[in-house]
Amino acid sequence: MNTVLFTILSLSILGILLALILYFVAQKFKVEEDPRIDDVQAILPGANCGGCGFAGCRAFAESCVKAETLEKNFCPVGGNEVMKQVAQYLGMEMAEKTPQVAVVRCNGNCDNRPKTNNYDGFSSCAVMSSFYSGDTACKYGCLGHGDCVLACQFDAIKMDPRTGLPEVDESKCTACGACVKACPKMIIELRNKGIKNRRIFVSCVNKDKGGIAKKACAVACIGCTKCQKVCAYDAITITSNLAYIDYNKCKLCRKCVVECPTHAIWEVNFPVRVPKKETSPLVEQ
Amino acid sequence: MSKTFSIGGIHPHDNKISKDAAIENFPLVETAYISMSQHLGAPAEPIVAKGDKVKVGQLIAKASGFISANIHSSVSGTVRSVEMLPDLAGNPVQHVIIDVEGDEWIDTIDRSNDIVKDIKLGKEEIIKRIAECGVVGLGGAAFPTHIKLTPPPGKVADVLLINGSECEPYLTSDYRIMLENPEEILIGVRIMMKALGVSKAYVGIEENKPKAIKSMKGVADKGYTDIKIVPLKKRYPQGGEKQLIDAVTGRRVPSMGLPIDTGAVVQNVGTALAVYEAVQKNKPLFDGIVTVTGKCMTEQRNFRLRVGTTFDTMMFAIGGFPKDAVKLISGGPMMGKAVACMDAASVKSTSGLLLLTEEETKRGPERNCIRCAKCVEACPMGLQPYLLNRLARVNRMEELEENMVQDCIECGCCLYSCPANIPLLDTIRLSKAKVLKIMRGRPKK
Amino acid sequence: MKKLLVSPAPHIHGPQTTKSLMRDVIIALVPSLLVSIYFFGFSAIKLALVGVVTCVAVEYVIQRYLIKCTVTIGDYSAAVTGLLLALNLPPNSPWWLMLIGSIVAIGVAKLTFGGLGQNLFNPALVGRVFLLVSFPVLMTDWTIPASWFREGIDASSGATALSIVKEGLAQGLTLDQIFQNHNFSYMQMLFSKIGGSVGEVSALALIIGFAYLLYRRVITAHIPLSIIVTVALFTGIFWVVNPEHYTDPLFNILSGGILLGSIFMATDYVTSPMSKKGMVLYGVGIGIITVLIRYFGSYPEGISFAILIMNAFVPLINKYMKPAYFGKEVKNG
Repeated sequence: MNTVLFTILSLSILGILLALILYFVAQKFKVEEDPRIDDVQAILPGANCGGCGFAGCRAFAESCVKAETLEKNFCPVGGNEVMKQVAQYLGMEMAEKTPQVAVVRCNGNCDNRPKTNNYDGFSSCAVMSSFYSGDTACKYGCLGHGDCVLACQFDAIKMDPRTGLPEVDESKCTACGACVKACPKMIIELRNKGIKNRRIFVSCVNKDKGGIAKKACAVACIGCTKCQKVCAYDAITITSNLAYIDYNKCKLCRKCVVECPTHAIWEVNFPVRVPKKETSPLVEQ
Repeated sequence: MSKTFSIGGIHPHDNKISKDAAIENFPLVETAYISMSQHLGAPAEPIVAKGDKVKVGQLIAKASGFISANIHSSVSGTVRSVEMLPDLAGNPVQHVIIDVEGDEWIDTIDRSNDIVKDIKLGKEEIIKRIAECGVVGLGGAAFPTHIKLTPPPGKVADVLLINGSECEPYLTSDYRIMLENPEEILIGVRIMMKALGVSKAYVGIEENKPKAIKSMKGVADKGYTDIKIVPLKKRYPQGGEKQLIDAVTGRRVPSMGLPIDTGAVVQNVGTALAVYEAVQKNKPLFDGIVTVTGKCMTEQRNFRLRVGTTFDTMMFAIGGFPKDAVKLISGGPMMGKAVACMDAASVKSTSGLLLLTEEETKRGPERNCIRCAKCVEACPMGLQPYLLNRLARVNRMEELEENMVQDCIECGCCLYSCPANIPLLDTIRLSKAKVLKIMRGRPKK
Repeated sequence: MKKLLVSPAPHIHGPQTTKSLMRDVIIALVPSLLVSIYFFGFSAIKLALVGVVTCVAVEYVIQRYLIKCTVTIGDYSAAVTGLLLALNLPPNSPWWLMLIGSIVAIGVAKLTFGGLGQNLFNPALVGRVFLLVSFPVLMTDWTIPASWFREGIDASSGATALSIVKEGLAQGLTLDQIFQNHNFSYMQMLFSKIGGSVGEVSALALIIGFAYLLYRRVITAHIPLSIIVTVALFTGIFWVVNPEHYTDPLFNILSGGILLGSIFMATDYVTSPMSKKGMVLYGVGIGIITVLIRYFGSYPEGISFAILIMNAFVPLINKYMKPAYFGKEVKNG
């Protein structure tokens, strides 16, 4: 009986002693912090993705509390919703941003872009691009080793086994920009989601002359300027044999999509075209 | 007891199967594709245009920037165009394309076979001549030689080391010139000694080349007693600058330092021959000795090859691409580059073409690290490749720097010795570049 | 045109693979296995077979059906664990003891940590120590089964030299008396000491295996030599001070599991340090702990525990005992 008593007693005393020590240490080393930081952090999505440009959600919350305006602070993951709440809480104005989504600008799948050599090394786009131009004749295109997939924290980007190209899941993509940084060929771009998620973009980054580009890949942009001519809104620019559509100017008229001879311009989330009798150049091909 | 470097190293089979093939001249090509980026540093700027007539040895591109080198035509004929073409890795580089007509050399080149022993030029003139002739290091990195022979202010060279180790398996180009042109090489070494103002020079040769040691020693004993021939143990990477300095002089290049920090300048035997030809014969660097070898080939060859010959032409000349070969390597099997584009052309520093079969070169599937420490044992820089690989995969830059990833010489010993086929060097090379970028971006103290 | 293969340098690879290394370890164990088959007959074959089969089977089942990852039985590492565990058990162990040991070794000590290369402790030793703690009677029953060449020997006369000495000392005898009673000879220990676990029978067979491993460059001599030298020095000190009570260095090296442990167990790649300096420190640690357990602990033999204890220090050793890198604090005269 005594043993049990002593055990309980000694352990209790030890516990109380340690608790006291912990209490005093906690008091001594207490760091004063703005309590609002915790509250702001609670509003944030907590993905710690770094898409805002800060080390993590905590650092972002800290900078929000310290900043005088929220103009420079934007959480791409939470988007306008979350930023509105943060702004409301801090009593500040927020800069609204158009929601964006990652777009893969390469369509060089196995059929369009034949392989010219076989790669035998560590499966990483960064390693591959560090020492040669890639296993196809197109030195700008997707290498297909999925550095973007590894970079994505939201499971929003996946390799399509059929095409060997990455595919973005729009519902999951938060436009944090991690994949944009991970891609050594700079193929992925953040573009405005657009009205009803409808987008038009040039799905190619090949800057070679038309002939070379076409030889390397059947769906390459050859810089023929047809799209530029047909665009009524000045949204298309062509620099070094490559067309680029400015998403701020594009009115989604889809004329360029029809015009492009190599089908390098893509339309996304548009209703299926009803083939008209007069104009159906796309459907035939 | 032969000398060698102190840490790590591996012993791959040397496979010098082409060592008995004498150097022969490669037949003239129909079209030469001369790259403007044949050296480390800024590409040269072409000074010829479409339609210009050029002769062999004529200057066609001028060095641009501090680290750069002149480029001379290797053929005579008409310039077809100046355009961007893929190099062996498929990346676009400016090329001068020349349609060959005859073989007319410029008059200033001394084409006789006489050995010119007297060094008439002074120190400054030698360096100027070497720069004019576009001589670059032929050991692999193709660093412009005239810059290497001009130590930066505050640094003094006291010894010249000549790398005749040819530690890469298969390659025999340095071996052949040591057999066929030993005196020219030694005169070239003398010229470089004069340019540097040093009184000592050592030529390090690995023991697996006894004939080369004998040939060089024979000449050195007769009138070149200031140049010592040092036999070295066969061990890779003996020919690495830092390893060679350690092996021959026992000095060690500090981390992030240059060989000149130890007072040593390292040059290749091939470079010594090029320096001799430039200074004594007034012949610019537009050709080089190239070993064409591989176990899958019936014939092993050593060629004197003009710059600008495409790999396709070379394969055609040796009787086509062997059936079982899957990989063509420009350089040796340890540090050479795999050719991705057969239309690319040879450059000044091309020292060998190696054909490997799938069995010889294919990497096995990557397996778990079993922590066998073979990579640690093999690393000649005393690093821990297994650890660097782990850190590199999670981008831990500070820890990579603490573990000296920036000291990696990319010799490939770790990947060679790894029993689990872990792509150690692939990830380390990438993270080394990132760490160096961070380090250079820091404000200097 | 033919598609070329492109990869970053280097383009050739060394002859050693995980599989070849593990195969070499198995080959190095063959002499010991043969000697033990000679002495223990079917019993040794049975233990080795049960060990190898169970280890491979457990690894396959767990990897295939439980964690659903790539099955790695092809690299022979599980077979090595099974064989080592078999060599570490008393020759008369029942087959189910071997079975339990194998399941613990592979299932608990290896795969829970993430499989080959990830485990902190040597799987075979974890298996052995688990059995030693759970079945102390069976694990110290040194009865020798009958083989084709000899009759069975009962527990008392089959006991290990170390346990005889320990018991004798506990009874208050001096070493001379014990040695005289049992007629120990070093030659017998070198070629065929019968008392002990399956693999400990012949020191010479183990040394042949060691030589093979060194020749094939599977291991370096750092760990085994530093253990043996430490044991010799450390026991030497005790022996010089009091030869009445402490056994001499040679006896200590040849008896018990020092050779088996230092050559095959302590050199396990996964659970030993990476740098040469670290390996020496690790070996010295094992040597000291072994001797301390032998002289002052309650078990007659301590190398298993010593290796496991030092296994726990390996991450720390790796952190602080790095190889000297080339460019460090260079002094050029």
